[in-house]
Amino acid sequence: MIEARGLTKRYAGKLAVDGLTFAVRPGVVTGFLGPNGAGKSTTMRMIIGLDAPTSGSVTVNGKPYRAHTAPLREVGALLEARSIHPGRSAYNHLLALARTSGIRRSRVDDVIEAVGLGGAARRRAGKFSLGMGQRLGIATALLGDPRTVILDEPLNGLDTEGIRWVRSLLQELAAEGRTVFVSSHLMNEMALTAQHLIVIGKGRLIADTTMVQFLTTRGRSVVRVRTTHPDALAARLRGPDVEVSFASGEALTVAGLTTDQIGVIAGTAGITLLELAAQQASLEEAFMELTRDAVEYRANTVGANR
Amino acid sequence: MTAIPAYTGEQRVTQLRVLASEWTKLRSLPSTVWSLLTTLVLVVGFGIIYSMVRVARPPADRSTFDAMGVSLSGVQLAQFAIGVLGVLLMTGEYATGSIRVSLAAVPKRLELLWGKAVTFGLTTLVLCVPAALVAFVAGQSVLSAENLDIGLGEPGVARAVLGSALFLVAVGLLGLGLGGLLRNTAGGIAALFGLLFAPQILVGFLPESVSDHAYKYVPAAAGQAVMYLEPDPQYSLPPWIGLGVFCLYTAVALALAAWQLRRRDA
Repeated sequence: MIEARGLTKRYAGKLAVDGLTFAVRPGVVTGFLGPNGAGKSTTMRMIIGLDAPTSGSVTVNGKPYRAHTAPLREVGALLEARSIHPGRSAYNHLLALARTSGIRRSRVDDVIEAVGLGGAARRRAGKFSLGMGQRLGIATALLGDPRTVILDEPLNGLDTEGIRWVRSLLQELAAEGRTVFVSSHLMNEMALTAQHLIVIGKGRLIADTTMVQFLTTRGRSVVRVRTTHPDALAARLRGPDVEVSFASGEALTVAGLTTDQIGVIAGTAGITLLELAAQQASLEEAFMELTRDAVEYRANTVGANR
Repeated sequence: MTAIPAYTGEQRVTQLRVLASEWTKLRSLPSTVWSLLTTLVLVVGFGIIYSMVRVARPPADRSTFDAMGVSLSGVQLAQFAIGVLGVLLMTGEYATGSIRVSLAAVPKRLELLWGKAVTFGLTTLVLCVPAALVAFVAGQSVLSAENLDIGLGEPGVARAVLGSALFLVAVGLLGLGLGGLLRNTAGGIAALFGLLFAPQILVGFLPESVSDHAYKYVPAAAGQAVMYLEPDPQYSLPPWIGLGVFCLYTAVALALAAWQLRRRDA
């Protein structure tokens, strides 16, 4: 359980995190979303006491992180994968970490095996690929068998097999009753993994809701229509709450009408439909829609929001 | 792929465990091990070489020949190796980002600093006492060819040998403190060299009446007082007092590092 109350961080006059209040509950995977620069990493750093809040507070399992006598038992964190001295082997990195808490050597071997680094554990970490670095970071986070797991962009650099492994690992950890808090910019992956979402933008809380609710209330379902007479159909479909746009070929993208309604309108007008398909709102679209005004860094592309 | 097995062992963080962790870090980094070996080679090797040079060119006035200083001349070079290593032990963690992992594991941050200082200090001590002794014995045996040698039992000799090893420990910890204070390798090394070289130059600008007195207290002069058999009271503090003054500089650097570590975001 992670609880933030009015959590605020100001760097050199700029508010990186602005009055965040939220709770991350055990038993589900909670996704932490926000555009670049929204304050996700800063928030995670404050949770484990690396940065001190300017005001407000955050507790883990009921106490500030620094007040825990067995911190690795409470929280396992992966913040930025390359948090290891490149000259040290993965094994010694984990062993040094284990020693701080009296964790046995056999546990180090266990986590190395579990993340699939067995063959590379004795090699210098500086020679690791990005994916291997991520696996080591996840091993680091799981070393103390923590009740709360915090992972900042754990999927970066992982291959398809690795991504699927992390997905099932996160769900397993949550199913064991742990608190799992994970940030990622891979929306489709997050949609598959997380059951709860916390969305921030420009340091402020934008949404704190379940994935299902987020998609149904924020997502905009559209219908894709292909027809022999797109212009004629578009003219008939347009209305106060209906938005029609031209996609590639003869296809139209229609928002605000169901497939049934469109089929009936086309039939009445005698227009031949070649394709009529409802398109599920994606987390990515819902996220883009929600954070449009809260994007800190955006490519200056004219007409990007088609 | 297996799931993560459970772990039920007790896992409280204690200062002793942090020491064990820092020892693992120290010995598992090849660059650190090489730096320590370099320090030892400088202490012993340079002492022997310089002794050989002096045997080849014996002094005209034997009464002022400093057999002690010649055999321990390697300490003058080794102090930079050990000081730079001290800086790197702290700044290396910041440069690589491993400080985040370290402080997440040891959230009571001062335990981490003390753990590093004690581990590094003890390691340096255990290596440098024998190194200084070997440098002395080997150097004197070289010097004995020209009957320039002195014995270990003579007054002040044992103190100078032990003191030079302690001086190296203090320089290493000074580097550690500066590294922790500045969190930047270039800055830490510059500050270390600045402290070891600059004060004696600045003191030279003072009026003569104060400069001789002030000179005794600059880090380099104070720290090396312990290595002279008979320090000249006009230019040098008494041996142990001098080393004590140097240790004060080290203590200040470590205290500033502790203050910064607690106060600043990691």
